[in-house]
Amino acid sequence: MSFINYSSREINCKIVYYGPGLCGKTTNLQFIYRKTSPQQKGKLISLATETERTLFFDFLPLALGDIKGFKVRFHLYTVPGQVFYAASRKLILKGVDGVVFVADSQIERTDANIESLEDLKINLADQGYELDRLPYTIQYNKRDLPNIVPVAELDRLLNPTKVPWFECVATQGMGVFETLKNIGKQVLKELKKHY
Amino acid sequence: MSDFVMYEEEFRRVDEELRRLYQLANAKLVFLVDKNGQLIASAGDTHNIDTTALASLTAGNIAATGGIAKLLGQKEFSILFHEGDRDNIHISIVANKVILGVLFDQRSSLGIVRLRVKKSTAALTRIFHEMDRKALGENRGRAELSPFAEITDEDIDQLFK
Ligand SMILES: Nc1nc2c(ncn2[C@@H]2O[C@H](COP(=O)(O)OP(=O)(O)OP(=O)(O)O)[C@@H](O)[C@H]2O)c(=O)[nH]1
Ligand SMILES: [Mg+2]
Repeated sequence: MSFINYSSREINCKIVYYGPGLCGKTTNLQFIYRKTSPQQKGKLISLATETERTLFFDFLPLALGDIKGFKVRFHLYTVPGQVFYAASRKLILKGVDGVVFVADSQIERTDANIESLEDLKINLADQGYELDRLPYTIQYNKRDLPNIVPVAELDRLLNPTKVPWFECVATQGMGVFETLKNIGKQVLKELKKHY
Repeated sequence: MSDFVMYEEEFRRVDEELRRLYQLANAKLVFLVDKNGQLIASAGDTHNIDTTALASLTAGNIAATGGIAKLLGQKEFSILFHEGDRDNIHISIVANKVILGVLFDQRSSLGIVRLRVKKSTAALTRIFHEMDRKALGENRGRAELSPFAEITDEDIDQLFK
């Protein structure tokens, strides 16, 4: 649910990074935060445990520029990936305009990816959304590691509807902005369709 | 799911009501946030406060206690109050759809804040209900009003250079 304010001439959209525990969601936001100029960004808020696992969410507001005199802002959120934070994940999805699913490419995380994607669909359905009808981008992260699943195989497992996907090494920033641009464009195009 | 659209006139009225509340409650800051954490308006001294972050955390707070309420099988907690060593914050839900936050210190009191929030909530609820009605009525004429009507794919690409 985007928020369009005709008085302050702003459009705010919400993008959620979803995926299994330790797949690199927070790392994506940290990289974006590091690489954007101070005028473009707000504080990066991380509600995390003492061991830096996301406890509730990370939040990064990002101003991109203007469209037809309206300031366009994206509010980026991550969910906590650990299985037992299911209730919190559901809350973060409220009002989402676009989803990035971050998959962990490591072989041993294959089941975790599949489970997390199922969990995403269920949680969206609970809020009255359908993944197939939302702007949606997939990111295959941790491509730098040795024990990884080939992309074609990941795509077969996780991407039956053939949405845009990107290979990524979030720690080094590879693919991070490509992913963000892709979901951002999808969200704005969807918004345009509504009017 | 429909988008949350706020027009000039409603914004002015909301803004006015927040100012009134700010003064009458002797608050440090009064702010209104949608349930997804986007700031709608505020009144008071926002100099040293990151209101965007404040908005997101406040909505997270309401969402979390809302989750607790659901777990307990009851309606969401409509008022939250946090007492700090210097500042206190009173958070409440307005018209089932937006969140009103009041930040105050010892120059005010919980009693005054409560009373004033109650009055402002009634006024704000009226405004939001009218807004909903207007949104319904104007649905058809929306295309002309929307900044998105004439947005091109190039405009969007331009944004992501
Ligand atoms: N080698 C490698 N490590 C990565 C990559 N991306 C993230 N990591 C590491 O993976 C670990 C977990 O990253 P986070 O970003 O905290 O993971 P998360 O998805 O936010 O995890 P939760 O908050 O528990 O859901 C960290 O140690 C990161 O440095 C990557 O592309 N390659
Ligand atoms: Mg995290």
